[in-house]
Amino acid sequence: MSSSTTPEQKVTDQKLDVAPPYNAVARHGVSPTPSHDEVARFDFLANFNKFLSGSLGAGNQLTYDRRVLPAFLKEHGREPQDRFEIRHAMNDDPFHKFWSALKRNSMEMRQQNGRSMVLRQIDELNAKARQYNEGRDTLELNPEIDVPRYQSAVDIHCMPGSYHGEELSGDVSAGANYDCGIFATTAGGLGALSDGGGQALVDWIKKERPGWQPRRMLDIGTTVGHNIVPLALAFPDCEFIAIDTAAPILRYAHARAQSLGATNIRFIQANAEDLSRWDNGTFDWVQTTMFLHETSGKALPKIIAEGYRVLADNGLMLHLEQPEYSDAMPLFEQFLRDWDAFNNNEPFWSSMHALDMKEEMVKAGFDREELFETGVRAVVDQEIFPEAPTGEDEDHGRAAYWHAYGAWKNADQI
Amino acid sequence: MTDTPFDWMAAANKKAKGKRPEYFDDPEDERMLSILMAVVGEVSVLRERMDTVERLLDAKGTINRDDIERYTPDKQAAYERGAMIREYIYRVMRGPHQMVEELQQTEPPVEEVSRELKEI
Repeated sequence: MSSSTTPEQKVTDQKLDVAPPYNAVARHGVSPTPSHDEVARFDFLANFNKFLSGSLGAGNQLTYDRRVLPAFLKEHGREPQDRFEIRHAMNDDPFHKFWSALKRNSMEMRQQNGRSMVLRQIDELNAKARQYNEGRDTLELNPEIDVPRYQSAVDIHCMPGSYHGEELSGDVSAGANYDCGIFATTAGGLGALSDGGGQALVDWIKKERPGWQPRRMLDIGTTVGHNIVPLALAFPDCEFIAIDTAAPILRYAHARAQSLGATNIRFIQANAEDLSRWDNGTFDWVQTTMFLHETSGKALPKIIAEGYRVLADNGLMLHLEQPEYSDAMPLFEQFLRDWDAFNNNEPFWSSMHALDMKEEMVKAGFDREELFETGVRAVVDQEIFPEAPTGEDEDHGRAAYWHAYGAWKNADQI
Repeated sequence: MTDTPFDWMAAANKKAKGKRPEYFDDPEDERMLSILMAVVGEVSVLRERMDTVERLLDAKGTINRDDIERYTPDKQAAYERGAMIREYIYRVMRGPHQMVEELQQTEPPVEEVSRELKEI
């Protein structure tokens, strides 16, 4: 046996599909400072998630076609009627069970890894946030706002404590943990500040309506403000209102936005089911980004109706979500897209994606002719960050490629 | 109120509210896989740390802990480390990965092949 060491093969051409390193993530004023090993944990998870949705994920379709569907046909004498029947059948399949168990573990590890990084430096992070928050009238917290049942029933994304949880009184850990781990679950697909969605909205509106200057914009369910900060920087003369029901996430969002120079956003703790503090027609733009699936069957129409009321004529309503489960979408794809609903604590995900969003917007008051749909792909620095894969390698439900449901209110009457 | 310091290690392990799905017939298997995957992750972390040490030693000859903490890979090093993690993932995930191949092609048991070879 040779005793010589074999130097690892040098890779000169960068052809393998690997995730960017967590070091490439940009820091802002309330970013946790990662240690070497904390970076390495997210590096592992980012690449592991690529493996789960790519090479290993391919087994889901195979096992369905070769084992699960033939067995179903034999037992029932018919095709599965819906995504739920497929899920129940797939949940008994050894391959799918193991894949799901690995993916669930990856999600849980992401939470543990993010929380351990954030919580070991929680005092420093809280102090940093206070510097940006204290005495600023652009952060308005309201303890009267209850956490709605749809936010408290389970911890969304398996995120312990959800958006409203605090480890220490007044802390920002919920926001910091949410923010830092998006890199791992999307394998860097949302870019250096995980704001590829917001960057995409800026690009989209500048092309869609060049020269438009909205006066006031409302971002509903803003979370840490990822998707509003790029817009606020692109429209410095516009007044931005960003609302959420959770105080801890807003403390973090406000500090983050201020540190990035987005001082024209007012973060307000409010529930979008009741926007009565704003008059009819207050806003030129009302939007949600990846939020409606975290509400409920009764809350969603109320939120859209309230959004319609506060939207001015010739104003834009825009909702970014994953594509809805229309009849045109194969049931197997619907089942794959539903994974997070039942395995990653997204209990309204499945019902929400089965809604006809156009119908919901018509019920809120829009004319059908005013509606439009478009695709929005995350805009990232492609020197470092990957463009989100769609198609075979798509991480269903997590791909940085969204479906936008929009409308210009009464635009034809202007 | 007590002055007990905040135990961030315990807090980091908090369970998310919501009943955890059961993937295996035996609940112990769930726990075993969670431990195994945590170890899989930590081995990757050790490998990345070792890679950092090796790169710094190559470049500088001597290093201290701060150098490791401050190390940021350039674009080529970042890619090589990504490829290293990918290779590691493929190695430890060989079992589940081979299940995909098994699904692509049904194979007779070797016992059957053995009987066949005896006859040809």
